[in-house]
Amino acid sequence: MSTVGLNAKRPLSPHLQIYRVAMTMAMSIIHRITGVGLYLGMALLAWWLVAAASGPAYFHFVNRIFGSWIGLIILFLFTWTLVHHMLGGIRHLIWDTGRGLDKPMRDYLATATLVGSVAITILLWVIGSLVH
Amino acid sequence: MQTPLRRVLYLGSAREGTGHFWRQRITAVANVPLVIAFVVVLISVVGRPYPVVVDRLGSPLIAAMLLLMIGSIAVHMRLGMQTVIEDYIHGEGARVAALMANTFFVVVIAVLCGVAILKLALGS
Repeated sequence: MSTVGLNAKRPLSPHLQIYRVAMTMAMSIIHRITGVGLYLGMALLAWWLVAAASGPAYFHFVNRIFGSWIGLIILFLFTWTLVHHMLGGIRHLIWDTGRGLDKPMRDYLATATLVGSVAITILLWVIGSLVH
Repeated sequence: MQTPLRRVLYLGSAREGTGHFWRQRITAVANVPLVIAFVVVLISVVGRPYPVVVDRLGSPLIAAMLLLMIGSIAVHMRLGMQTVIEDYIHGEGARVAALMANTFFVVVIAVLCGVAILKLALGS
């Protein structure tokens, strides 16, 4: 097969850095990043469940790590990542029905995703610390 | 040229049609109630003594819910990471290796969670 011209200078379609950052664009990028974060974070859930199934000594050991200040920061970020990805996903499901695609609604949904994710994350931690 | 039957059955070059898209949506919809239920359970066991945590996580309804959630999440996260890999890794060998690693990681996570949940539900 001829490879002539495969490496020729061809025009490229505009990429990310060409565009001014818009709210919808930022939320789209964050949706992907939070997805990857949750993917890796599933290892923490597996670790915790295995610890619970392994017996009290190991469970307490793992809980002490999760309960340390760095553990709590990671779990707090994990919570926000989860809530943000869920709200972003619900936004995508709304779009899948063909609704909410006009500009005001797009911007509203993008802002609601961000504000809602921060608010729900704080709310969950307040509830968690109250029942604790 | 395609016969009418071929046109109906044609699923594109990857032979899976809209399968990826559709499974991503089904698991996304399933994840919403399952993860909300999980967060509620999680908050209810935070800081509780070990026997209470084990008892609650291993109760039949909660264990079943956890298994369903792990199954749905496993499919969802594998499809999501597959898309990310296909978008950013262009070398053929590296891409195939990354896609295999993706599958291995997801299966290991799902089996670890599944075994742990079953032990909590069925174990002594």
